[in-house]
Amino acid sequence: MSLRPTRASYYEELRQRGYSRRDFLKFCATVAAYLGLEASGVSQVAHALETKPRIPVIWLHFQECTCCSESFIRSSHPIVADILLDKLSLDYTETLMAASGHQAEKCMRDTMEKYKGEYVLCIEGSVPTEADGVYCMIGGRTSLDILKEVAAGAKAVIAWGSCASNGCVQSAKPNPTGATPIHKLLGGTTVIKVPGCPPIGEVMAGVLVHIITFGTIPELDGIGRPKAFYSKRVHDTCYRRPFYDAGLFVERFDDENAQKGYCLYKVGCKGPLTYNACGVTKWNNGTSFPIQSGHGCFGCSEEGYWDAGGLYLRAQPFPGFGIESDADKIGTAAAIATGVGIAAHAVMTNIRKSRLIKNLVEEGKEAEKEL
Amino acid sequence: MSQRIVVDPITRIEGHLRVEADIQNGKITDAFSSGTMVRGIEKILRGRDPRDAWAFVGRVCGVCTTVHSLASVRAVEDALDIVIPPNAELVRNIMFGTQYIHDHVVHFYHLHALDWVDVVSALKADPKKASEIAQSISNWPKSSPGYFSDLQKRLGSFVESGQLGIFANGYWGHPAYKLPPEVNLIAVAHYLEALEWQKEIVKVHTIFGGKNPHPNYLVGGMACSIGLDDVSAINAERLAYVGQLLEDAKEFVNQVYIPDLLAIAPYYLDWGGIGGGLGNYLVYGDLGANGYRDPSAYKFPAGAILNKDLSKVHEVDMRADAEIQEFIDNSWYEYPADAKGLHPWKGETDIKYTGPKPPFEHLDTKQKYSYLKTPRWKGNAMEVGPLARVLVGYASGREDFKAVVDSTLQKLNVPAAALFSTLGRTAARGLESILVADWTLEFYNQLISNIRNGDTRMANMDKFDPAKWPAKAQGVGHTEAPRGALGHWIVIEDQKIANYQLVVPTTWNASPRDGEGKQSAYESALMNTPVAKDQEPLEILRTIHSFDPCLACAVHLYDEEGKQVSRVKVL
Repeated sequence: MSLRPTRASYYEELRQRGYSRRDFLKFCATVAAYLGLEASGVSQVAHALETKPRIPVIWLHFQECTCCSESFIRSSHPIVADILLDKLSLDYTETLMAASGHQAEKCMRDTMEKYKGEYVLCIEGSVPTEADGVYCMIGGRTSLDILKEVAAGAKAVIAWGSCASNGCVQSAKPNPTGATPIHKLLGGTTVIKVPGCPPIGEVMAGVLVHIITFGTIPELDGIGRPKAFYSKRVHDTCYRRPFYDAGLFVERFDDENAQKGYCLYKVGCKGPLTYNACGVTKWNNGTSFPIQSGHGCFGCSEEGYWDAGGLYLRAQPFPGFGIESDADKIGTAAAIATGVGIAAHAVMTNIRKSRLIKNLVEEGKEAEKEL
Repeated sequence: MSQRIVVDPITRIEGHLRVEADIQNGKITDAFSSGTMVRGIEKILRGRDPRDAWAFVGRVCGVCTTVHSLASVRAVEDALDIVIPPNAELVRNIMFGTQYIHDHVVHFYHLHALDWVDVVSALKADPKKASEIAQSISNWPKSSPGYFSDLQKRLGSFVESGQLGIFANGYWGHPAYKLPPEVNLIAVAHYLEALEWQKEIVKVHTIFGGKNPHPNYLVGGMACSIGLDDVSAINAERLAYVGQLLEDAKEFVNQVYIPDLLAIAPYYLDWGGIGGGLGNYLVYGDLGANGYRDPSAYKFPAGAILNKDLSKVHEVDMRADAEIQEFIDNSWYEYPADAKGLHPWKGETDIKYTGPKPPFEHLDTKQKYSYLKTPRWKGNAMEVGPLARVLVGYASGREDFKAVVDSTLQKLNVPAAALFSTLGRTAARGLESILVADWTLEFYNQLISNIRNGDTRMANMDKFDPAKWPAKAQGVGHTEAPRGALGHWIVIEDQKIANYQLVVPTTWNASPRDGEGKQSAYESALMNTPVAKDQEPLEILRTIHSFDPCLACAVHLYDEEGKQVSRVKVL
């Protein structure tokens, strides 16, 4: 079956499937609400979906573990069946596509030719650059070769997860295969980085929904991450933050304080150094997130987190955090200052904690007297 | 004259797999399986804190999420002789049971079904007839004529749009597709329902491990403390949530997955005689009713079967130097000159690519041709996975295995010999899902009962401090991952990882042949497989997918010297 050059818009498709305009606007309002838009944004969303055909997407897999694809299919809003059937046209993904081998390669080639400059390129995984790229080969070609060719005609490039954004586990010392994140190989191209191991499913869907709805890439921070999801530290959005401020800490896993849900900073939580949406969006449709389930955040969305000294050591600034640009140098200074600040803060809160306990003891004595 | 065909990339799997096959007179006469990506995780682990290893190796695979983390904490606990609390055993078992069910359902619908189900044919189905069939095989409520008719319309307009997305260039209309349009339509409906359902069942991981994929583990137990009087801990609400998810999962397995499997299988009974392969099966065992340390109470019993002989289950010793060994005769690695096979504790490898310079059309299969090593048990090539587990359970005389196997053989009216096949492998995955769904609820009830009896311990932190460790220790941890027997071997020296080696299911199954020319499971299973159209190798995909390949797991390397891998001179 061949691909037709003309594509139906979402609105046209919904009409064909028997939905009313009222249903359509309701859907737009949901999308707008999800994107945090004011009421006026609804018409913007409606307009975008009425006029835009489904965006072709090529999703490449390099040095990765497929956790990003798995996370993507966990998205609950929108659900992935709807994304695949109604919202975009996922023309190439080795995880889900029906075709293999030559037929799979043809899918990619067809999209690259017919939708040159229109398709979105998603990349899961890093690219090995050692030994002329032979550590990752698909269809007899190196991943480096494939990346350069496919990226050339893309409308936007998304680096899914920490592998594509910062190299992740395979780039940890000594980085045996020369695993390299995508932005370092596509000089001049804007790469939307969606780090995390994996990123939250709803965050991945949210980035795509933004591109579909507005036809633009979401606003990015200094190192290329969408501000919508990566502008706040896990620490600042953590519901256990008041315990940190009060100096109430888990001293070791499964102690009495752990059962009370106190702060995990002392058992290695890297929330104070990690920019991600876990504290707000949470995981798997808001079910929980690492800290809520008793294990500290280990900073999986930050560059260099595998070499940051260990999961259970108290937070220190990550090596390699922003070493590439002037803007990032400011980031490094800020991170170091944060590290120092955390230590000072912890000392202060511990003093405050002992005062608090003293006060409680004294209050108790007073209460006893009254009885 | 035979003709060499290449399938690369093999899609609907995890990772990067290439198959080259020689075809003569419509049948495969020789086959070569090659892993074409490598990352070097084991090498990266050297010198690191053993307590962190679970997080690193967890990233070996995001499809088999949890399995490597679990094998890793068990290996470290084995090395340091840490006994974890019963509740932690149960939570790990519940998470693992969840992983099985999720993985098997996703494999069946999203990775394997399109080898048997013609999506385009579903457009020709009569929704009323589809509804009748659906209602005759299951009590699943989404089965009205209107439901199937709406779905068909949705599918129709999707195809009309001309943008076929993941369904583009499939082998639709291929003569090897045999299902009537109505069964195809039911399968497509459940493809979409399973896609929606799978995001629910994983919430068990999120509750206990904080997220999915890649939930958190802990050496010594689990980090999710039980605190019945606190909103942050595992309390009555969290436990009820888990209980509900497990009940729903059991319902989905028994009302959707298994009825579909039994509705599709009768059209493909010829595949009960294709793709058998080795006939040797290996299982390490897992899901202890009395904890990991008591193999006698494993729900999945351990053992090996040789030459399809179900009358004898051989014992397997993962610690014995001469039993499990890895070879590199056809793998892009180097061993020291005198080494042949090495036990994982002594595992020693240095990557050395000697294949053709890319871009290339064909591998030179007369020389080394894969990044996978070749593991052997007492010199034998072994198949691992659901079929191995079901056969070892059956051969061990376990009533629960016998019940599901015998009733299925009876329903399909096929002899036991049909188990040794592509169809047998796909069916075994479903059959063990029935068992695992029940067992996971048993573990859940045990957890509730423990808590009711006042035991709320979740972690043993007595030896968490490295200062309490011996100067040298070595351990092995195993699981039965959804794809088969998984072992992690660790050597700890001076509180750091001195050696870490994984031998994973897909390495057993997908590895290249050994020095004696003996094929591993994939290659062996492909022999004599009929191929109707050599440009559309649907039959190759059926057999390869029946193993549920996972290549990211299978490929890894470790360098004894810890030295930088030198730039390889390509030919």
